Amino acid sequence: MPSWWWLLIEVLVKVVLVLVPLLTVAALLTWDERKQSALMQDRLGPNRANIGPFTLWGLIHPIADTLKLFFKEDIVPDRADKLLHALAPILALAPSLIVYCVIPFGPAVQIPGIGRPIALQVADLDAGLLFIFAISSLAVFGVALAGWASNNKFSLLGALRASAQMFSYEIVLGLAAVGVIVVFGSVRMSELVARQATPLWGGLPSWGILVQPLGFVLFMVAALAELKRSPFDVPEGESEIVAGFWTEYSGMRWGMFYVAEFVEVSVLSGLLVALFFGGYHIPGVDPGWALTGHTVAIPFTSHGLAIAGWGWGLLMMLAFGLKVIVGDVVLQQIRWTFPRFRYDQVMSLGWKMLLPLALLNVLVTGAIVIR
Amino acid sequence: MSERREQGWVREEGADHVAPDFEPDLQGDLHTRHLTINLGPSHPAMHGTVQLKVEVDGETIVRSECNVGYLHRAFEKSCEASTWTQVFPYTDRLNYVSPLLNNIGYALAVEKLLGLSGRLPERAGYLRVILGEISRITDHQTCIAAQLMELGAMTPYFWLMEGREALWDLIEAMVGARMTTSWCRVGGLATDMPEGWDGELRHALDRCLGILDDVDALVKRNRIFIDRTRGIGAMSAAEAINRGWSGPLLRACGVPYDVRRSMPYLVYDRLDFEIPIGGSGDVYDRYLVRMEEMRQSDRIIRQALETLPQGPLCVDDPTVVLVAKSQAHGSIEGLINHFKIIMDGIQVPPGEVYSYTEAANGELGFYLVSSGAGRPWKCRCRPPCFPMVQSLPRMVQGLMIADVVPCFGSINMIGGECDR
Amino acid sequence: MAKPLLEALQRRFPTEVLQCHDFRGDETAIIRRDRIVEIFTWLRDCPDTDLNLLVDVTAVDYLAEGLSGSPSSVESESRRTSPNQHQPGKPWYQPPAPEPGATARFEVVYHLLSLARGWRLRVKVPLTEQDPLVDSLVPVYQSADWFEREAWDLYGIRFEGHPDLKRILLYEEFIGHPLRKDYPINRRQPLVPMKDPTA
Repeated sequence: MPSWWWLLIEVLVKVVLVLVPLLTVAALLTWDERKQSALMQDRLGPNRANIGPFTLWGLIHPIADTLKLFFKEDIVPDRADKLLHALAPILALAPSLIVYCVIPFGPAVQIPGIGRPIALQVADLDAGLLFIFAISSLAVFGVALAGWASNNKFSLLGALRASAQMFSYEIVLGLAAVGVIVVFGSVRMSELVARQATPLWGGLPSWGILVQPLGFVLFMVAALAELKRSPFDVPEGESEIVAGFWTEYSGMRWGMFYVAEFVEVSVLSGLLVALFFGGYHIPGVDPGWALTGHTVAIPFTSHGLAIAGWGWGLLMMLAFGLKVIVGDVVLQQIRWTFPRFRYDQVMSLGWKMLLPLALLNVLVTGAIVIR
Repeated sequence: MSERREQGWVREEGADHVAPDFEPDLQGDLHTRHLTINLGPSHPAMHGTVQLKVEVDGETIVRSECNVGYLHRAFEKSCEASTWTQVFPYTDRLNYVSPLLNNIGYALAVEKLLGLSGRLPERAGYLRVILGEISRITDHQTCIAAQLMELGAMTPYFWLMEGREALWDLIEAMVGARMTTSWCRVGGLATDMPEGWDGELRHALDRCLGILDDVDALVKRNRIFIDRTRGIGAMSAAEAINRGWSGPLLRACGVPYDVRRSMPYLVYDRLDFEIPIGGSGDVYDRYLVRMEEMRQSDRIIRQALETLPQGPLCVDDPTVVLVAKSQAHGSIEGLINHFKIIMDGIQVPPGEVYSYTEAANGELGFYLVSSGAGRPWKCRCRPPCFPMVQSLPRMVQGLMIADVVPCFGSINMIGGECDR
Repeated sequence: MAKPLLEALQRRFPTEVLQCHDFRGDETAIIRRDRIVEIFTWLRDCPDTDLNLLVDVTAVDYLAEGLSGSPSSVESESRRTSPNQHQPGKPWYQPPAPEPGATARFEVVYHLLSLARGWRLRVKVPLTEQDPLVDSLVPVYQSADWFEREAWDLYGIRFEGHPDLKRILLYEEFIGHPLRKDYPINRRQPLVPMKDPTA
């Protein structure tokens, strides 16, 4: 078999490795959102859907929901633009799935039987971070088209709000990431993550959050706004404009927006982990061990536990997944804590508060790095 | 705007497309036109059914119009066809979040017309105060909960609902129903409190106070909440008075008017409580006033529970109050009495009264006209939230669409009461 | 109570006040309709009265046999179900004549409150069946706006000078004014044709 054939298989396997957990986690997040909010609000949350006697703490609800959405009537408004109306949910969902292809979910790993090390990342682009910005800015098309094509005033207002908000916060998002780029000296995602494994001082790893605390806060806030998550959910502020650009969607098209929202949570969480929480890095574990294998001394004995390279790789993948899930939970917590901004307040926060702070952050970071 | 209209930039109503009749001035203003949006009658923020037609310039409200009446159930016409006692179930359905306050308001009105004012047994007066204040708490809880939920803060909503459930359970234990209470009678009350009820009430109140503190902790100093509510829907005291406001909204404007204090009824003159007032009359002040009023209601209930006297529940007047069941079943006089009151109604002397109480939303008035028969000639309910809903277009003028939500939420429009 | 309010009102507008009474502590003045805007402005602004809050506006229909000009039109369901409502021909209340020779059927009822003094006043304006028209109080009290619309809606009282006098609780296509005593409680209204949403 030619080598490009192997390459294709490798990429496909990695795509599956990313997509399956991503969509599973998105489904689980719908459950988590309800259970977690129920926990916060002194409720039980979903607990009725069952297979026979098993309710599995409501875990069957995501399946029931999906089935329901598939069989629901897909209503397209009379005067809607049929093509754009159908296209919009796809455009909303696709970018968030694509973004994940440049986020490394594990180190380069040596797998027995394969001669060369395998990078646990779908595509290790030179301009990884820029790619993320480029793709994520496409998401606004889905939203804007959905609002425009629905032929509904609420949808239109929602789309207007969403577009303005997403464009505004992209700038902050980019500038907040510039600090990280300057510190680690790369826009290649794998390098950004790998550099965070180097020790800072006192045994602390040089995670993004430690070297760029302000950048982290700015990035997180801007990303929340970019993803239209609460408290920045004005584009779909249900009490004001019904459901914003979602208003005229039903069935699985609505479901795609819904899934997109939860995928985006994971994407945001993954980005935060990759840029600010050391990615797959576990403190005290050298990412190089995934290539060479390493023997860990078991405390109080003279024995050691030998773990092969792929074992370390697996461990670090799990660490990455765990970090992402913790991030998801924190993001949900934010959602159920805050009231919603008003549209103009979102704008003034972005332009008058976050943007100057982001510029300041770039300035200070640059000054320190040059010195 | 008018300037732009002169330039031909503003599209006339009904025109399909803009056709400027001159060369476009590229340096000039963008030609925009106003968008009319129907918020309601079925809309997530319009609890109950009310329509707010807003004309927006971008997101800024230029003009708005409020339409009510979707929940009109011919309250007055029905009352005119019922005996004085049969009106009680209709009053439950006025403000269905605090039905007991409506019961009390109507009972007091008929008693005033009968000349029974001041002859109500002590215990009935105290119990009416206690249950009335519980209802005030549940009403304010509902209002604040809904208001916060519409602002996107879902969590305090459920906390407050939990407290409300605890109180409604107690109302149910005493009255037999949670919302359709029909608990008052002309000249007294239907039921006394069950054993151990007061202890449970104190327990539930403790829980509610804790919830209030939790909610305060979550939103009172929350910057987003303050930004969303400070200065929104503000109204000067003079204008609020001119617009006929009353209740928490008027007090939030800084007018210390509370019927319980300025014209005490029942036993409010013997109880120690304060009237919280605000300053600017904005949504934030209304929130603070309502929160504090709940705490004051809690004080009132605890005092009333301590001094609750024993005694009868109804006035000793067989022309007004039904005789005891044992008598109705055991003696012919009792049976006839029962029959006459049920079939012909209480015979109320001709005349007219306006009786007013402090309901949760403001002054709840009943203007009754009697022709001397067993049925009201007219039974007018003066709904507290009516003038406030009327002022909604004025409140949201120049604000943004998103501001309709806190403004409308803080009015606490109850469809049953507003539309009757 | 010394009724300072009623006395002041009578002193100021001796020809306008038709009648005063005090029942169960509710002070009531019945006035002619001609100068009500002036009277209410005075009631609001005069420091002796200081009635700055218009609490309520409503109307009462005192239609009864022998009272109204059209007794044959009386088919009140409510009367039929309550035989002892009142004895026919013997009115329990007759609103004062708004002008000599006329018979009043309606009374528009205003409730006023002074927030500073704590006193209240009820002002009633009798109107005839043929001409149920009274000046609007919206220029004086903005709270009158919806209350007057409601009185128009349910009683058919017209308020001259009201900025937007249209139905409020009922729908535009409703026929009649349901709280009038000659409107039977069980009357059915015709169905309203569907409006064209594109129009």
